[in-house]
Amino acid sequence: MTTTTVKSGYGYADLPGLMGLMSGDEKHGPAATSTLDALWVLYDRVLRVTPERADDPERDRFLLSKGHGPMAYYAVLAAKGFVPVDWLPGFGSYESPLGHHPDRVLVPGAEIGSGSLGHGLPIAVGTALGLRAQGLNDPRVWVLVGDAELDEGSNHEAIAYAGPAGLDQLHTVVIDNSSASYALPGGIAARFEAAGWSAETVDGRDHDALYAAFTAPHPGRPRVVVARVEPKTA
Amino acid sequence: MDTMRDRFAPVVSRLLDEDPRVAVVLAEIGLAGFEEARHRHPDRVINVGIREQLLVGAGAGLALTGLRPVVHTFASFLVERPFEQVKLDLGHQDVGAVLVSASASFDWPSGGYTHMAPGDIALLDTLDGWTVHVPGHPDEAETLLRHAVAAGDDKVYVRLSVQSNAEALAVDGARFHTVREGRAGVVVAVGPMLDTVLAATEGLDVTVLYGTTVRPFDSATLRRATEAAGTDVVLVEPYLAGTSTAAANDALADLPHRVLGLGVGRRELRRYGQIEEHVAAHGLDAGSLRERIGGFLRATRVSA
Repeated sequence: MTTTTVKSGYGYADLPGLMGLMSGDEKHGPAATSTLDALWVLYDRVLRVTPERADDPERDRFLLSKGHGPMAYYAVLAAKGFVPVDWLPGFGSYESPLGHHPDRVLVPGAEIGSGSLGHGLPIAVGTALGLRAQGLNDPRVWVLVGDAELDEGSNHEAIAYAGPAGLDQLHTVVIDNSSASYALPGGIAARFEAAGWSAETVDGRDHDALYAAFTAPHPGRPRVVVARVEPKTA
Repeated sequence: MDTMRDRFAPVVSRLLDEDPRVAVVLAEIGLAGFEEARHRHPDRVINVGIREQLLVGAGAGLALTGLRPVVHTFASFLVERPFEQVKLDLGHQDVGAVLVSASASFDWPSGGYTHMAPGDIALLDTLDGWTVHVPGHPDEAETLLRHAVAAGDDKVYVRLSVQSNAEALAVDGARFHTVREGRAGVVVAVGPMLDTVLAATEGLDVTVLYGTTVRPFDSATLRRATEAAGTDVVLVEPYLAGTSTAAANDALADLPHRVLGLGVGRRELRRYGQIEEHVAAHGLDAGSLRERIGGFLRATRVSA
């Protein structure tokens, strides 16, 4: 007699395989996986959201602003049960809800559609304001951006506003793979700090370091975690 | 008489009191009018500073949490500067907001072209699903603001102007209003253009329709009007000439018809001065309109 096990719990080790369903390749370069560890730590240990709670007003919000190269995102959403694993092989096809930039209307669990850079952080500011206005003080808002994405002026508007406004429900993860053409080392955290944010820079591949940075208290201030990973050109 | 913009803060302040879903997002402009409301609803009257991309993006974020954002600044900074935010943060995210502009096409001529936005509605026309209200009187502005906020999660644009007709009509937030009936053509006057159009068509045997909700375009009323008045149609709009020409053509697609679109010219005048001088420069005074409308309908001009 044979028994069939339906796999219900995916782990970090399964993510390369899930990404391989999209690309047909289990070897992924740094560019494809720059967000993978930060996403995994968030969804596995930090965010209070599940597929069952996807419409719960009290859920945490995760906004993927850096919508390019969303394979790691889809793999994590599949691992956590937001999207069926059997959607992954259709990645980017006409019939697939999973495009090369995510669409919130098509992807369960995706809080925003993204791709054009510089939209997620301003929307996250509004989301934090909207939760506060409704007395929803527990949900936290997370937004993931790329280091070069911070070049967009719209992000500067959001960073400069959120600090003085004391939006302490707001959290930004910057994946720093040194892809900005003009950047000062250490400049990302400094820019946020100058605007009144709580900031920390960590190794973006170190899960415990990410977790500690994600969960550090920051009363009265928004929080940014700069997750440094291999340079894009590596 | 007060202006449409004078009504904005009082009306929306009352809506803030009445409806816990309503939130106002400002970028400094118009803030003074919300001082009291901000005191009563500190979390629902939000000023993001002089940051118009954030203005629209934050409005979208509020909508994602279930609120009904009312987003306000001058038209140039509300529709044109953050246009991609209007397109993606509202449209692509599939959430709504009420955008309320001030300054219109040339409400402040001495301010120059930086504060003019005759192309706002043409620009919104590149996007799907927007309702556009162009009130012609402060009372109508009040009615249409209420319609806009009450319109579920729709995407609604309300265009406020200091140009105004003398009397308000009973607008319903949807249909064109038949002001005068004739047999030699249909003239559609939009918002603040009505009084001038009525003066310009005095003694002409034309039907005059009044539109304050121009998107969706009221094709049914236009078609019905052409049954008696024929299919020569003149649109007189207080923004870019020809903005609604395609909509009128679509409404009459299966009929032989002619459409003339009148409005603000595309060419930048590089002039300051007074509103009346800009009205005349764009050929939108009663005398010029009479000439252009009469010329277009010349085969059928009739004296009353």
